[in-house]
Amino acid sequence: MKVTIWINGQRREVPSGTTLAAALAGLPGRRSVGGEPRAAFCGMGVCHECRVSVDGRAQQRACQLLVQEGMEVDCDA
Amino acid sequence: MRERSVDIAIVGAGPAGLAAADAAMAHGASVALLDDNPLAGGQVWRGGRVAPAFAALAQTGSAHYLPGTRVVATPVAGQLLLEDASGAHHLYYRKLIVASGARERLLPFPGWTLPGVTGAGGLQALVKNGMDVRGQRVVLAGTGPLLLAAAASLRAAGADVLLVAEQTDWARLARFAKGLWRQPAKLAQAIALGWELRGTPYRAASYVVAAQGTGRLQQVRMQLAGREVVLDCDWLGVGYGLLPNTELLAALGCTLVNGAAVVDRTQQTSQPHIYAAGEATGIGGLDKALLEGRIAGLAASGQHAAAAALAAQRARHLHFVAELAHCFSLRPEIAQLAQADTLVCRCEDVSLSRLQQYGSWREAKLQTRCGMGPCQGRICGAACQTLLGWSDIGQRPPIQPARLATLALSPAPLSTEALP
Repeated sequence: MKVTIWINGQRREVPSGTTLAAALAGLPGRRSVGGEPRAAFCGMGVCHECRVSVDGRAQQRACQLLVQEGMEVDCDA
Repeated sequence: MRERSVDIAIVGAGPAGLAAADAAMAHGASVALLDDNPLAGGQVWRGGRVAPAFAALAQTGSAHYLPGTRVVATPVAGQLLLEDASGAHHLYYRKLIVASGARERLLPFPGWTLPGVTGAGGLQALVKNGMDVRGQRVVLAGTGPLLLAAAASLRAAGADVLLVAEQTDWARLARFAKGLWRQPAKLAQAIALGWELRGTPYRAASYVVAAQGTGRLQQVRMQLAGREVVLDCDWLGVGYGLLPNTELLAALGCTLVNGAAVVDRTQQTSQPHIYAAGEATGIGGLDKALLEGRIAGLAASGQHAAAAALAAQRARHLHFVAELAHCFSLRPEIAQLAQADTLVCRCEDVSLSRLQQYGSWREAKLQTRCGMGPCQGRICGAACQTLLGWSDIGQRPPIQPARLATLALSPAPLSTEALP
């Protein structure tokens, strides 16, 4: 089964049961405090590198969230 | 504000936490089983692949099971301040079992912050959680049996695993393999893994020197038994073994030795009513976690004879803990990989050369913000310990970043420690 999520305003179909970090793999992510590109690193909720804004709530760890129908994700927040 | 009271609170719904819940609930104890992850199973059974015996314990919607819930603080004895997606709540307990598992030891090398570079277990976790790696070129490196398990998961998901680089040498690997004869279950696993991984190159005395790429990983520079090789790849997973997650135990005042909780024969920590089980008491894998979880669950629910009867079985697991640590100890080159401009603290972008100006973790924190970002030193703390020999790595509450509304619920100041 697939769910529809919105990544930076772009529609994307992803398998349900997937974590958001897994769904975002390979896509451009946030920038570090020094302006470097960063993406999921530890994969298990420890390093906070995968944080994104989800449905308007900032600083959420994408690796600790399952994708939900209609989820709106802002990767650069 | 929600409040709840239980006989036994269990933090961590991996193998140890599930085994503890199973043992305690069979005796009629009321239990709250909570986990930061959205699905039960911990790292081994990640993605909800819980062993059938425990599947009913971790059903979404069960009254006792609280997924997606993190411990923010331990305001007073017998109380946890929790936060989930819907808000904050207090949980009161008579006994607490901490089965907080482990994380990877992730050490800096040039290029380790590039997207596409992850932990080795980290990459495995992402794949178990549904990441699409079909046809992607992957290099795995670091140390320990987890590299092989990660390689098997990656291959099963359709990745092209170019190489598995183990930093320890063949002599130590041989010693480790010989020790597996004492543990038939682990030997069987190793043989099965060997079969699944046929055709994947495995190199000992080999390690990553640097990751390279513009904006993203494109190449990895490796030392393969003394020979330098450059490989093009899409993903690089590097992990130097596991470290117990002890932040909650430390906040509760439990004694730690060598980064792991000290427990007695019933898994009780130095604090009465607080137990620890699984990787939090020392890295030893699934069988140890299941046994310790069961002992803790029995002891916490008053089944002392049954708990004592299992204590003798722990000995061979403790032998395995020591063997694992010895056979996969780090070669000195690993601590020399980071260059002056390599970032050590990824949250606050603090380079090695800036940290080298200070003599301690505390001083470096105050001057550079190292360890003060969202991960609160969970990654760079171990790096500073390995690279700089700093031993005073410690955290303050809150245990996890939390919303202000959650912190406002804490009845006491989160830290009674004097500010510097």
